[in-house]
Amino acid sequence: MSEEAIETTNGLKAKKDVAGRVFFGLALASIGALALITIFILVQGMPLIAKVGVFDFIFGTKWAPLQGYFGIFPMIVGSVTVTLGAVILGIPISLCCSIFLAEFAPATFRNAFRPAIQLLAGIPSVVYGFWGLLFVVPLIRDYLGGPGLSILAGAIILAIMILPTVISISEVSILALPRQYKEGALALGMTHWQTIRSVQLPAAKSGIVAAIILGIGRAIGETMAVIMVLGNAVALPRSILDPVRTLTTNIGIEMGYATGDHQQALFATGIVLFLIIMVLNATAQYIVRRK
Amino acid sequence: MKIRKIAILLLALCVGLLSGCGSRRGAAVIVAGSTSVQPYAEVLAEEYALLHPESVVDVQGGGSSAGISAAVSGTADIGMSSRALHDSELELWNVVIAKDGLAVIIHPDNPLQNLTLEQVRCIYAATISNWGELGGQEAEIHVIAREEGSGTRNAFEDLAMAKVEITPRAIVQDSNGAVRQLVSNDRNAIGFISLGLVDHTVKALELDGVAPTWDNVMGGNYTLYRPFIFVVAGEPTGLAKQFIDYTLSTEGQQLLMHEGLIPTMMLATEGAEQ
Repeated sequence: MSEEAIETTNGLKAKKDVAGRVFFGLALASIGALALITIFILVQGMPLIAKVGVFDFIFGTKWAPLQGYFGIFPMIVGSVTVTLGAVILGIPISLCCSIFLAEFAPATFRNAFRPAIQLLAGIPSVVYGFWGLLFVVPLIRDYLGGPGLSILAGAIILAIMILPTVISISEVSILALPRQYKEGALALGMTHWQTIRSVQLPAAKSGIVAAIILGIGRAIGETMAVIMVLGNAVALPRSILDPVRTLTTNIGIEMGYATGDHQQALFATGIVLFLIIMVLNATAQYIVRRK
Repeated sequence: MKIRKIAILLLALCVGLLSGCGSRRGAAVIVAGSTSVQPYAEVLAEEYALLHPESVVDVQGGGSSAGISAAVSGTADIGMSSRALHDSELELWNVVIAKDGLAVIIHPDNPLQNLTLEQVRCIYAATISNWGELGGQEAEIHVIAREEGSGTRNAFEDLAMAKVEITPRAIVQDSNGAVRQLVSNDRNAIGFISLGLVDHTVKALELDGVAPTWDNVMGGNYTLYRPFIFVVAGEPTGLAKQFIDYTLSTEGQQLLMHEGLIPTMMLATEGAEQ
């Protein structure tokens, strides 16, 4: 190798090193942000949980921070019921839609349909909330009774909001199956529907379950849209027409005025939320990897 | 060497961004606190800026308690409070700039005109839960309150609830506007908002036979009102004093009156300085 060539290779190598370091630094920055946020939330919230006691904080049913009551159980129940409602309403629609897109839709139709669903993900959540307040809430109030601001209203809005996540991930996981599965099943004399039901869906199961869990994560973390339609009452609901408050809306609605212990209690609410979402995401990852 | 160029560009960009932070226009008065007072302080600040283009009044929210502690710590020149001061805060220099009535509102189609304060308390304590018990049509009452920590909620608790707790089943909204919007759309709802914000979309109830009008608050017949207070650490000086003087001047008070508040300087001078 001539000296010149060695020079160039060294130069290239040096450049590559610099580039590598820059990218490493940037990657580190995003992890760093996560670490900083986590530490901040923990430092702010833990003292209050320690003061109130983990059990009383999580299972206490009375929330009156200015009088020293910090029980978030009604909000945990709120988050769970609203999310469950969104899953019951949203998942069947999403699954049918993804099966339709992956298996039945003609190409032209699919090309128009897919971007439209992606567009749903691009609508700001405050717009969903506003639409819910002006359209869904009065419908519930007039036809089903109650104040309209309710678990049901929140579940309907969230069901729509999780559609794009669940549809696209489960469609991709159906499309990613080896062609032989479908061909083999059809060659054995199965009908198209039988193939989907007993071969393709079971084979794509892990992807679909992951899609559902990610959808749940999206629903449980949503704040702005549900603040407007849930009514935010801090009481255990007696029916799906009752107003509730979720963990996220508790932070959103009270942060403006909170100081001292009250503010710490909101950070502590954040810790609980953080844990729930971490468990959900870890489960989704585990299921995908297990395949 | 492209990478180096990019790095230099990035660095230049950062320096440029940061240098923007340093420059501040002239002298500024920072007014911070209650979000109930904030819109009125903003109107005052706008008018004040027209008269004194050289000085800047910067109005921020944050809540009554946060505003008072900002004034104490010096983060803000003037703190705004929409609740009466606690005993520990009374040693601060303070002045009532105006009074704000609290109106209990219902849907315009609701036939009720009058409730006693006792009945309002029972509704908010959830011991009365049907409009039928009050002479209205048979329907569940949808109780709407403000969030914990809000100055409006705090004032309502102090003035109307007499230590009785607002039911946790009450729907919670985080602004006067949101409460009004809900009540205007729900025939069975009841809420409370700043008197200055009552409009034709809702009906303000008479309490113990006294209508929540301006005259009744002025005359002291309508008891649901709270003070809007400016708080300063120590005697106000310089620009802060100028802004406070403007607020308390006939001009400033008329402006507040025009926005729906009850001026303090016109009816009584004793609340002005202490």
